[in-house]
Amino acid sequence: MKKFLSMLLVLCMVLGLTACASAEIAAADIKIGMICIGDENEGYSANHINGLVKAAEELGISKDQITFKYNTPETEAAYEAAIDLAEQGCNVIFANSFGHETYIALAAEEYPEIEFCHATGTTAMTAGLENFHNYFAAIYEARYVSGVVAGLKLNEMIESGKITAEQAKMGYVGAFPFAEVISGYTSFYLGARSVCPSATMEVRYTNSWGDMALEKETAEALIADGCVLISQHADTTGAPTACEAAGVPCVGYNISMIPAAPNSALTSSAVNWAAYYGFAVKNVLAGTTFPADWSAGYVDGAVAITELNAATVPAGTAEKVAEVEEALKAGTLKVFDITTFTAPAGAGYEVDAEGHLTSAFATDTNGDWVADANEVVIDGAFSESSVQSAPYFSIIIDGITAVTE
Amino acid sequence: MSAPVKEPLFHVVKRDNAGLMRSVLVRVIAIVLALLVSAVVIVLLTGMNPLHVYAALWDGAVGTSRRAWITTRDAAILLCIGFAVMPAFRMRFWNIGAEGQVLVGAMATAAVMIYGKNLPAWALYTLCPAAGIAAGAIWGVIPAFFKAHWNTNETLFTLMLNYIATQLVAFGIIFWENPPGSNSVGLINAKGKIGWLPSIGKNSYLLPILIVVGLALILFVYMRYTKQGYEITVVGESENTAHYAAINVKRVIIRTMAICGGIGGIAGYLLAAGVGHTISTGLSGGRGFTAIVVAWLGKLNPFAMMVVAFGLVFMEKGALEIASQFNLNENASEILTGILLFFILGCEFFINYRLEFRKHNKEGVKA
Repeated sequence: MKKFLSMLLVLCMVLGLTACASAEIAAADIKIGMICIGDENEGYSANHINGLVKAAEELGISKDQITFKYNTPETEAAYEAAIDLAEQGCNVIFANSFGHETYIALAAEEYPEIEFCHATGTTAMTAGLENFHNYFAAIYEARYVSGVVAGLKLNEMIESGKITAEQAKMGYVGAFPFAEVISGYTSFYLGARSVCPSATMEVRYTNSWGDMALEKETAEALIADGCVLISQHADTTGAPTACEAAGVPCVGYNISMIPAAPNSALTSSAVNWAAYYGFAVKNVLAGTTFPADWSAGYVDGAVAITELNAATVPAGTAEKVAEVEEALKAGTLKVFDITTFTAPAGAGYEVDAEGHLTSAFATDTNGDWVADANEVVIDGAFSESSVQSAPYFSIIIDGITAVTE
Repeated sequence: MSAPVKEPLFHVVKRDNAGLMRSVLVRVIAIVLALLVSAVVIVLLTGMNPLHVYAALWDGAVGTSRRAWITTRDAAILLCIGFAVMPAFRMRFWNIGAEGQVLVGAMATAAVMIYGKNLPAWALYTLCPAAGIAAGAIWGVIPAFFKAHWNTNETLFTLMLNYIATQLVAFGIIFWENPPGSNSVGLINAKGKIGWLPSIGKNSYLLPILIVVGLALILFVYMRYTKQGYEITVVGESENTAHYAAINVKRVIIRTMAICGGIGGIAGYLLAAGVGHTISTGLSGGRGFTAIVVAWLGKLNPFAMMVVAFGLVFMEKGALEIASQFNLNENASEILTGILLFFILGCEFFINYRLEFRKHNKEGVKA
């Protein structure tokens, strides 16, 4: 009897072990949760939702296996939504807004067997949790390309005598004055300047990710201040609406702005989130571990620009865009090539006598918010999103005026 | 003499005294009617089975033990904010500044948690609520002081203080945001959970609930059995009577608002240290205004207010689940809440008044 019992015990242990080792999940059994700051009516979340549904479909996972938590604010509601999804049996849980991060990390600590992935966050690399991940896309590459489109438009305006070369000032409606936004507008500006050397840019912040009225007002203020082209890092169609009314060309974000501004929109930069969702879900299905940080760009199809508006872009734009995209994919063109810009001296980086970057750090280790670790000036370029997925380029370069109020 | 006045089809007569049974019955009928109308709306708008939608509503609010705890805790917080307006309303002092009183309370709590994270635990557990209560009380006393001495309009005053409180919090976030420029503080003291309201066993929801239930009992006794509670009622009924009874009206107004603000501060403390563990301009999330609905629907009675607060949070949580399960937009569930509130508020009319129809007899013809 005793022997039988011990045999049984051994058998149980062996079975238990194999169950552990092969944590594979069948596509029909996986459950996915997603926590969204908005719903399908809001461009940024819609882009995430569509990305996840598309990626799931490609892996043979039906939409019914995905549970969405819509309109989740950046409060304890995010934690509660995550816990609720965990209790519903989700194997992997995504959250899409920056401010969800600390709450998702808290839930990840409580449920070590579930994978938690947070978009645009910065702390996964230092959190010490195996099941907590950050993801982003190299949107700066797409912004650079959309900047090229803007620069070509400026050139057309200069050639037609509408403005002088000195008047080629662009306006940028930014959300918050931190790295994610600064990295975005700098890449946009560098793209524009690569074809229109006299371009300058003025940035104003709304201190909100999505505020239709405020974005419209900010765009109007920029236009009143002499900006002849507007771009944005904010979620609504506020800025394009103002541009359409004022007859000023504009470059959008996340979604094509052509429906909102048919006579003004040029193109938009956008992330294809399906690239990450496919990657993460595949790993969860296979039971394999995946890195704390993920970022990919043009070469992996994770970023792109939306349809060029034939009614507004100058002739030859498509060809130039194709050329720049090829160079980005091949790695021959680097967005933050240090020979292409100068900056005044500042904290967290070093410049030479002409203002060219010689050294810069990606992350902060001592809590004073000045980057002091991980050198990122490598091979003549600032290496964005290589240390962590969220952008860390936060230098205000020459040619850009940022108005912080 | 003149042409005979035609009697209207019906006229409204005030009921002298609506019996308890009757008023409960009317409310139950109102809820049933609201559910029926909602069902019709659901079928017309979405073509879904309303029973499934109601099941999801129930499921979202209390479907799992975790959800039931969260719903109860959030109801307790809403109730606590309701208590921050109730004594003032008894006094006919229109305190619509609970939102601001909660925010400054939460902000003071957050400040202590951030700057005092190296203090011993007992000091934090005393200082945090003390700071929250003090900040809330100050925010409540400011309009009361002006009302008592110069008879300023407290409705406008408390309302505007809400906006000042919001801006104060926005200002504080500039110093505390993490990372800078993001406008978000995130979890305060996430490592070590310093200053966080402790869990009882493994349950982090129970303590805030117990605190608010305790508060309800204290308030009930205070309002009904103490001299101060009586003074509040007298001032509310008639200031002249109060003067005549040698009640110091100014003092009662200021004292009561200090209590109201202090209770708002407790809610702020619970939100910052027990629920959100953060500070943001949206921390109160409009609950300062929903609390007014709680107070009036609950007839300013602490126990009736409990029922109302739970009902409102129940609908809110259920609504989220409807959005998630059926991909119905959040607005759809707000329509349901709206219908329910419409019927509940509407039935008050039938509790307090009755309709008298034109009598089909000779008397009517004669007139």
